Amino acid sequence: MLQSEAKLAVPAKRKTSEPVGIRLKRFFKTVWDYRLSYLFIAPFLFCFLAFIFVPVVLAALLSFTYYNALEPPRFIGWQNFQYLFSQDLIFLKYALPNTIKFALIVGPGGYVAAFLLAWLIAQLPNYARIWYALAFYTPSLTAGIAMSIVWLPLLTGDRIGYLNSFLMNFGFIDQPILWVTDKNYLMGSMIVVTLWSSMGVGFLAMMAGILNVNQELYEAARIDGVKSRLQEIWYITIPSMKPQMLFSAVMAIVGTFKAGTIGQELSGQFPTPQYAGHLLMSHIQDYGEVRFEMGYAASLSVFLLVLMFLSNKLGTKLFGTKEDE
Amino acid sequence: MAATSKMGRLLAPIRFKRRSKLNRVDNFQKFLLVLLTILGLFMLLPLIYIFNHALKPYNELFVYPPNIFVRQPTLQNFVELFLVTSSSVVPVTRYFFNSVVTTVLAVILVTVISAMCAYPISKHKFPGHKILMSTILLTLMFVPEAVHIPRYIVAAHLGIMNTYWGHLLPQLAAPVSVFLMKQFMDQIPNELLEAAKMDGAREFTIFLKIAIPMVMPAVATVAILTFQGAWGNLETSQLYMQDEAMKTFPFFLSTLTNGLANNVARQGAAAAAAVILFLPNFIIFLFFQRKVIATMAHSGIK
Repeated sequence: MLQSEAKLAVPAKRKTSEPVGIRLKRFFKTVWDYRLSYLFIAPFLFCFLAFIFVPVVLAALLSFTYYNALEPPRFIGWQNFQYLFSQDLIFLKYALPNTIKFALIVGPGGYVAAFLLAWLIAQLPNYARIWYALAFYTPSLTAGIAMSIVWLPLLTGDRIGYLNSFLMNFGFIDQPILWVTDKNYLMGSMIVVTLWSSMGVGFLAMMAGILNVNQELYEAARIDGVKSRLQEIWYITIPSMKPQMLFSAVMAIVGTFKAGTIGQELSGQFPTPQYAGHLLMSHIQDYGEVRFEMGYAASLSVFLLVLMFLSNKLGTKLFGTKEDE
Repeated sequence: MAATSKMGRLLAPIRFKRRSKLNRVDNFQKFLLVLLTILGLFMLLPLIYIFNHALKPYNELFVYPPNIFVRQPTLQNFVELFLVTSSSVVPVTRYFFNSVVTTVLAVILVTVISAMCAYPISKHKFPGHKILMSTILLTLMFVPEAVHIPRYIVAAHLGIMNTYWGHLLPQLAAPVSVFLMKQFMDQIPNELLEAAKMDGAREFTIFLKIAIPMVMPAVATVAILTFQGAWGNLETSQLYMQDEAMKTFPFFLSTLTNGLANNVARQGAAAAAAVILFLPNFIIFLFFQRKVIATMAHSGIK
């Protein structure tokens, strides 16, 4: 495989039972041998520690406090989490199930769609690729504008809305459907719109990955008897771009769980009608920015982090089995 | 190398035959292409809209449902934007200068710093590289809204308020870029780097002359991402800049319509501003994405 475990700078040290002093000395020796590596990561590490790591740790610590942004935080132990799992009905009844449903469809759906589109674009002639890539990346480039001019007029609940007027003209429905304000349809609309705009950095990475696959492999495979495009994808494209697949998978998970404003952008209400589109992020926003219960919002963020971490683990596990087959 | 190319030449006629069979455009592929084009055009709508919207006169700006195409194009919005900007307290060129400086520096530094961080993580396996990578991934998953206040405190303690560092440093911490670069660097065969080492190349030379050219697609993608983030960056202006002369162009443009009594005044200027903000993103995307598509032919990853 591409990633052999061979070390470039120093051969692997054997782990034997030695006195702590010698092992510590040996450890520092190894660290010193790698001093150049540490020099390489130093600039990033500084910014990372200062602007991401320390703030994240501080925010995570806030989850054990009562903090309203005016008084200094007051330590309350596990109370936030106790409340979260036992009494926060909106969280238990709406935010959590909605988030799971949303993530289960949008995460894998967006991931597969990004791969398929990237693959299709890679099949096109060279001059056409960039324009198709631009087209599918447009929602990420234009963000908010896309929402207001394409989806809102399309999904408007009266008969002027493009979708309603289309369906009514062809006799599929006889009265307009409230696509974004009815609690039965809001979730569906949110999923469709998010899928539409899910061609972000993961999509770009996958396209670069597909284009980067060594073309000679395809030729070799043809000689070896690969006949269809599907076989090509399964046996060559995906195995050769595993790093990019993993990257997009993580980005898909992160992106899906961090989506939160979509429901309120579509329905124009916050919270969404009867909490139909209430996601964990909306819940965090509700507590953090509306009620100013920062401590509770922080514990929600920690919960979200755990949720993402677990789905990430699940994703890697699924990939792991695929690798063995 | 020589052997494969010889084989390739020998096999060329056969290969051509096989490829033509496999690449034959059948009806299904034609259907797929049509579908892709229709979907692409639908997704392009916002882009077309932005350009058209800026040219609309006031009586077209507020039509609902919105028209994608302009009926009577006019440059009046740009004139309005020019009039509004020429009367601002801090000259608009100052905001523009701030934005250009921070964006250019951010794009260059983020690519360099993330690549420099990703290279040892992927190729040196120094003690602690696993912990570092999982920490980067884990923090990627933390909700950004929740860390504004701690971030502000850190920035205040570092003394970077009202300086260009205040715009730059928070953006340099780009875990997504490091992750992306690392994934691409994983694909570089270790043998190649070892060979270079044997030939006496120093670590920095290997990094610069071998690793970076081989992950050009990742570099280009990171550049696109960072440019998008840095050029539209409002956050650092809002949080860390109290001095009006240190704020960025997008921040200035957002003040044009924010806090006005109604939703009608200056909408023309805002539409023109949207195009001016969007255009660099558009150009940079095309420029770097072309690089991604072009590099594949001679990447040499095997």
